[in-house]
Parts: sequence; structure tokens; C-alpha cells
Amino acid sequence: MRVRMTCPVAVTASLVLLTGCGAADMTKQASPFANARGTKTVTLSVQSWVGAQSNVAVAQYLLEHKLGYRVDTVQVDEIPAWDALSQGRVDAILEDWGHPDQEKRYVDDKKTIARGGELGVTGHIGWYVPTYFAKQHPDVTNWKNLNKYASQFRTAESGGKGQLMDGSPSYVTNDKALVDNLNLDYQVVFAGSEAAQITQIRRFAKERKPFLTYWYAPQWLLKKVPMTEVKLPAYKEGCDADPAKVTCGYPHTPLQKYLNADFAKDGGKAAAFLKKFRWTTEDQNEVSLMIADQKLTPEQASEKWVDSHASTWKKWL
Amino acid sequence: MATLTTPAPRLAALPGFLRHQAVRKLLLLALAAAVLVPLANARWSSGSWPATLTVDLTKPLTGASDWIIDNRDSHPLFLYFFGHLSNGVVLSVRAVYLVLLGAGWAGVTAAGALIAWRVAGVRLALGTAAAFLACGLLGMWVPTMQTLALMVVAVLASVVVGVLLGLAGGLSERLDRALRPVLDTMQVLPAFAYLLPVVLVFGIGVPAAVLATVVYAAPPMARLTALGLRGADKEVLEAVDSLGATARQRLLTARIPLARKELLLGLNQTIMMALSMAVIASVIGAGGLGDRVYQALASVDVGAALAAGIPIVLLAVVLDRVTAAAGDGSDGSYGSGGGDGPARWTAWAYAGAAAVAVALTGRVAGRLDWPDAWTVPIAAPVNDAVGWMTDHLYSGVPVVGGTADWAGRFTTWVLDPVRDGLQGLPWWAVLLLVAAIAWPIGTWRTALTAVLALAATGVLGVWEPSLDTLSQVLAAVAVTLVLGFATGIAAARSDRVERLLRPVLDVFQTMPQFVYLIPVVALFGVGRAPAVAAAVVYALPAVVRITTQGLRQVDPAAMESARSLGATGAQQLRQVQLPLARPALLLAVNQGVVLVLAVVIIGGLVGGGALGYEAVFGLAQGDLATGLVAGAAIVCLGLMLDRVTQPADRRTKKGA
Repeated sequence: MRVRMTCPVAVTASLVLLTGCGAADMTKQASPFANARGTKTVTLSVQSWVGAQSNVAVAQYLLEHKLGYRVDTVQVDEIPAWDALSQGRVDAILEDWGHPDQEKRYVDDKKTIARGGELGVTGHIGWYVPTYFAKQHPDVTNWKNLNKYASQFRTAESGGKGQLMDGSPSYVTNDKALVDNLNLDYQVVFAGSEAAQITQIRRFAKERKPFLTYWYAPQWLLKKVPMTEVKLPAYKEGCDADPAKVTCGYPHTPLQKYLNADFAKDGGKAAAFLKKFRWTTEDQNEVSLMIADQKLTPEQASEKWVDSHASTWKKWL
Repeated sequence: MATLTTPAPRLAALPGFLRHQAVRKLLLLALAAAVLVPLANARWSSGSWPATLTVDLTKPLTGASDWIIDNRDSHPLFLYFFGHLSNGVVLSVRAVYLVLLGAGWAGVTAAGALIAWRVAGVRLALGTAAAFLACGLLGMWVPTMQTLALMVVAVLASVVVGVLLGLAGGLSERLDRALRPVLDTMQVLPAFAYLLPVVLVFGIGVPAAVLATVVYAAPPMARLTALGLRGADKEVLEAVDSLGATARQRLLTARIPLARKELLLGLNQTIMMALSMAVIASVIGAGGLGDRVYQALASVDVGAALAAGIPIVLLAVVLDRVTAAAGDGSDGSYGSGGGDGPARWTAWAYAGAAAVAVALTGRVAGRLDWPDAWTVPIAAPVNDAVGWMTDHLYSGVPVVGGTADWAGRFTTWVLDPVRDGLQGLPWWAVLLLVAAIAWPIGTWRTALTAVLALAATGVLGVWEPSLDTLSQVLAAVAVTLVLGFATGIAAARSDRVERLLRPVLDVFQTMPQFVYLIPVVALFGVGRAPAVAAAVVYALPAVVRITTQGLRQVDPAAMESARSLGATGAQQLRQVQLPLARPALLLAVNQGVVLVLAVVIIGGLVGGGALGYEAVFGLAQGDLATGLVAGAAIVCLGLMLDRVTQPADRRTKKGA
């Protein structure tokens, strides 16, 4: 019995010896699965939308097949991803939709995260109705007429009001305030995840039912379910400063890349490659559509894209 | 619903004097209410939770979260304590992972099969090998090894923590009393609730995942260790004492060996809980199979999610059966591979040598990685099947209507009235209602805990969303109980049904909940209805199992005499089996409630709103104030429901 009792003690003791008795550095916390068997590993964070998956898939394919790295991917939501980046748990975020608070904290003050340049894709959030419905009722595309259609957008979940479907809790949204401040007869229903939202949108589209949803571009789903944006009051710099009093729509955001500061400095070829990685909305959608709609694995999809776009990615290496 | 309506028949079934006692308790409660309610009404006239009774934690929690982030890289607490803890976890997981990779797929499979053979016999050995090979065939070898590495470390840590707590509880009466409420709370705590604080301290990734798993998986080990130590045979202990053993010798040579069975059962429970947590922890970047499931969902790919979900189920079934077999084969003879001391060790040695030989062969042949060509793509056919199913069931099914219509009707006719009813009641009326249900079932202490727990949600400032969540939980529990009892009765009456059900229940119980997120939305749309559906699927297996077992264990003599009196099958069931199985049925209700509550967060991911959404929001936005408050409110709801559904006689047994 004595052997069994001392075993955990021995393990703990050896761990303490291994980690050393000095200070532990919380800014250097690599994944235990990284660099196994002596290959160099890059860890990329993937956010839950498919566009982000496409960036990562192509970067991963090129890193593995052209530069000889091993790539680990971790799915994390946006804000926790910033945190993970500052600790070195992941090496890069390839698609950030603008987080001024985080940027100030980590890039400017703590300097644990470095800017990685633009991704080349511009993002835009808005409210969308399916194009088949917009064609029948052209005036639905202005927010001033939305109340007229509220009854058509009603569901069991929205009570007596029209349903405005919002997505994942990790996304930037002012929709609740907008509905209040613009006096719209709508109830914001949170789908809770993008997967749930996409499933519901496709379901509605199959039945050709009217719906109103928070959505964003670039997004592969727009190709499968054509949607028309509803015009909200135009965005002006600073009009969304107070989230409770917002009465304007969303801005157009050039999406950014961010790297862990140490990785940006010492990451060698991989870091240089990720900094140069820059493609277009069409490129991203092409890969996204293959992953999400044709159900290719991210690897197959990126292989297809890489084979046919040599001129684009040769510049990055 | 169920918890509101079940007490009435239950009371009627009680013998006369108990009924009187219940009436007396209710009268006392009515008296107290008559005094307190006018007072409360005069002070806070509105029906909703009074604002003066809420404590806003936003400021301190946001402050704490900012402090941690700002000091994480410099404060000694992190540099010398959490940092080392984190590094230790990373190093050990890495060590196990490298060993698994180094052994290669052949070596790992051989080692798994040989361990299973020594512990549980030839059949399970073959099953284990098949399970490992299936993980490879599904193209999930590396993620499976990552999950396995994580599991090994998390289970070891949980066992160490659990045994230490259990030793304390088992040896000291006072420590046991102090530990019991802590373990109780740890067990009703939904896993998501403490992911956020753990992440804040350790950051995204493996260390946070392992520590969250330990919190979740250690309590059963602690409980069963304490139980085993207390249950040790008095005579043996006296004999040991008379031989002049010291307290330490007595513990090591008598009490722990005697508690072997409970210790192994504890290990089994811990492994199962750790495995279910390994998937939940994917939300905070644990990697491995859970992460594959989670990533597949982002592209709405049920097939790929299933391909990663199946290895989890296989691992769970294999680990469950093997550890259960180790627990059954008491008296020192391990399953079928029995034998005496020396013979046993030689057999182990042969098994070890064989595993090493296979691993070395794999190494020499350069076949460490699972060959890419040997994978079976199951994603596409699965997606087709799911697509066909949802297309044909969603709407327009003749006579019964489609699932979307059901969901709509369920929302309008059941969920809305229950929610509006609860939220429409004045706050003190809801508290009184809880007291009126909890007191007759348990003691005044149970009732007080339940009332205070519910009141705490009001104090935290989330009264309305808590009642919304409560209404969903009640609806889900009602559906679960109706389906579960019906299925359980069917399984108890027919061996064939039970045999057919077993694998289905295994799969439902161990399949990560994330996998059925998409089908649930495709069938029921976004909203509270799919949230209820997901909860029902998750809680049903436990309810069916407990019901079946309870009915089957009814005293055969009672059944025999009922039959000889000429009772029909239905009469036997109603008048003999169900009343005699009452404790088991109550346990099923209790488990149903706890399990349904564990999936509230999943409900938040499919449009359930309320607390589930807020907890997910907190995690996604790194917003400690929202997330932690929602998590705490879920814990309070869990505590309240647990007390309300937990009869007094079980409380005394639990302490054993």
C-alpha cells in the first residue's frame, strides 16, 4: 500500500523540480500539445464563424505544406482569444472585428500583443431580410417601414411582436438598444450561437418564410440564402459611443490580424508569413463555401483553393 | 410543472399520521405568511423583486477581473502559485501525450486491450481494441490521444483530491459534517458556472480545463472514499487494533483495503464525470475531441461533429465497463484473469511485455501515426440522413403536424403560461410556494435552504431571468419524467426492451450535448423549445435507468402475492410496483432535475435565453459580472430544486 500512497507525492515533487522554484511566467504558456516530436508548432485561434475558419485553414495548409510547421488550432471566442494571445497560448488571431478596449489594454499598455496588419477583407454588420421577401415588398428594406411588417415576422418565441433574430453572444450588437430607440415593434431573440442561427435561417429559406435577422458580410451563407440589407440610420464616427443611446447602424470595419508579441519577434518564417497573409473577400468566401456548404474538410477546401490561386499565396511566403 | 404537481398524490400515498404532519407544517407556514406578507407588501408594494433587496455586483466583479488581468504577469500570487500549478498541469499533460504518441497507434491499442484483459477479461479486451481502432478509422487518432492525455492527468488529480477529502471526511466526524454541504454544492454546480473564473486566472487552455474538471469530478471520489472508510467492518478493525497497530498502519492495512470496492466505484464515477467535462472544457480551449466537436458545429456540420463524438462515447463505454469490472471482481481476483498473487503479477508482466513489443514493432516499422488511408468518412452520409430527417419532419407531416408546429405549440401552450405565471406571481408568493412544497417533503431546514437559494437569485438581481429559466426547467423535467417513467416501466417489464435500450441509453448519456445542438434547432427552430428538447435528451437516460432498476428491485414476494390474488398487470404495476419503488422514482425525479439544469447553458446556445444565454455571454465576452452572476443564479436554482425534490429520508442516507 505504501507504494501507492507515495506515488502522487513523488509525481508532485518531480513536477515542482521540473518547473523550477523560481517565478513562473504567465505570459509564456504554450499548449501542451505544441512542438510534439520536435516539429515547430504554430497555434492559431479559430473563431466560431466560418470566415475565420477559412483564414485559418488556408494559413494552416500553407504553413504545413510549404513551410514545414505543425499547426494546432483552438476554437475560442473573440475576447478570450485576446487574452489567450497575450499569454502565448495562441500565436495569432487572423480576423478581428475591432475591439478598441482590448487593443488599448494589450497592444498599447501591456505590449504583449502586436499588430499583424490588415486581412484584406472588410466586414459589415447589418439587418437582413431574405431577397425573395424584399422583392415582394421593396419598402421593407428601410427601417422606417419595419413596423408595418412586424406581424409577418412573428414567431412563437417573439410573443406578439416581430422577431429580430440575433446570433452568438460573442458578436458585437446594439440591436436591443436599436429596437428600443427606433421605437420598433420587435423582439430581439438571441439564437445563442451562429450554428443555431444559420440552421434557422436555412430552415426559413427552405419554407420561403419571411424573417429579419442580424447578419454580416462577408459570409458564405449569403450565397446560399440571398439576403438584402435593411437600411438603418447611417453610421457616423462616434454615434455608437453610448451603447444605450445608439440610433445608428453599424460601421464598415477593415478586419485586422494580431500576433503574440514574442511570436511576432521570434516566430521566424511563420510570423513573417502570417503578417503578409492578405486576401480578398471573394477568396475567403470561396473557401468558406466549400467548408460550410459542400462539407469539405477545411484541409480539402484549402488544398483546392491553394492549387488554383498560386499567384496570391506565393507573395506571402 | 412536475415538481409543482407531484407532491399532491405523493402526500395522499403517505400514511395517516404523516399527512397530519404535512398539514400541520402547511398551517404553520400559512400563519407565518399571514404575518409576513402584509409587512412585505407594505414596504415593497410592487409584485416584482424589490430593488432595495438587490445587490449589484457588477462593479466589484469587473474590478476583480481587471485586477487579475493587470496583475497576472507580475503579482507573486500568480508567479509563485498559479503559474507553477499551470506549468505543472501543462508538463504532465504533455508528458502523457508524448508517451501516447511515442507508443504509436498499435502500441496504445495493444496496451489498452491488455489492461482490459487483465482487469476485466477477454470480451472487454476485444471491445477495447475495437474501440481504439474505431477512433483511428474515424480519423480522430490524434485528438483522441489529446483527450486521453488530458483525461489521465485530470482523473489522477481528481482521485488525489477526492481521496484526500474522503480520508478527511471518513476519519473525522466533524470534518465530514463540514465537507458535506461543500460536496453537495459542487455536485449541483453546473459545469459552465465555474469555467469563467478558472479561465480568468489560468487563461484559455489545458490548465484551466484540467482544474475545472477536478472541481467537477472529485466529489464522487471524496464521497465514496468517506463511505468506504466508514463502512469498514468493525470486527476487522478491532482485530487490527488488538494487534497493536498504529493509527497509520490501521488505515493503510485495514481500512483502505476494506474500502476497495467503494474506491473503485468512486474511480469509475470520477472517470465518467471527467470525460463529460473534457467536452464542455472545449469551450475554453482544451483541445482534443471536444474541440473537434465544437469546431464542426461552427460550420453546421453534424456529421463531422458526430465523427468526433463517437470516440468520446467509445472511450466512455470502455472506461466505464473496465473500471466497473474491476470493482465487481472483489476478493482480489480480477475478473476472469484471476489467480493468486505471484501468478497474477506474472500475467501482468507478460501483458506489459506484449504491449511494449507491439509498440516497438510499430516504431521500427515507422507506423506511429494512424495511416491517412485507413479512415472512413462518415460525415457526408450522416449529414444526408440528418437533412432528410429534418426535411421530412419539420412541417407538413399529415395528421400529427411537423416538429416545428409542435415546438410552436409547446412554446405557446406550455412554456409561455408557466413562465408568465411564475413571473406574474408576486415575489413573496413564489417563495411561499417553494416553502410549501419543500417543507412537507423534507425538514424545516430543507425548506429554508430552498427558499434562501431562490431568494438569492433575486438579491443577485436576476429574478426575472431566473424564473424564465425555472419555467424551462420545470417543463423539461415534466416531459422527461413522462417519457422516462413510461420507457422505464416498459424496460422493467420486458428484458428484450431493456437489452435494446441499453446501448441507446449509453450513447445518449455520453454523447457530448454539443452534437445534437444542430439537429435540435433543425427540428424545433430557434427558441426555448429546442432548449427543452436538448435537456430532455440529456436527462432521459438517467431517469429511465433509475426507474427500471427501481421497479425491478421490488420485492418478488410482494409481486408474487399480488399475482396470486389475481391482480392484472396494470393493477400490479399501479398498486404494488410503483408504490414500492417510490424511493427510486423520487431519486429519478431528483436526478432529472439536476441533469436538466446542467444543460441550461446548452439551451442558451440554441435560443433558450435567460440565465443560460447570460452565462454563455459572460464566457464569450469575458464579462465576469454577467457570467458569474448568471452562473451563481443557476447554482441557486439547482440547490433549490435539489432540496425541493429530495425527500428527508434520503438526506440521512447520504451522510453514510
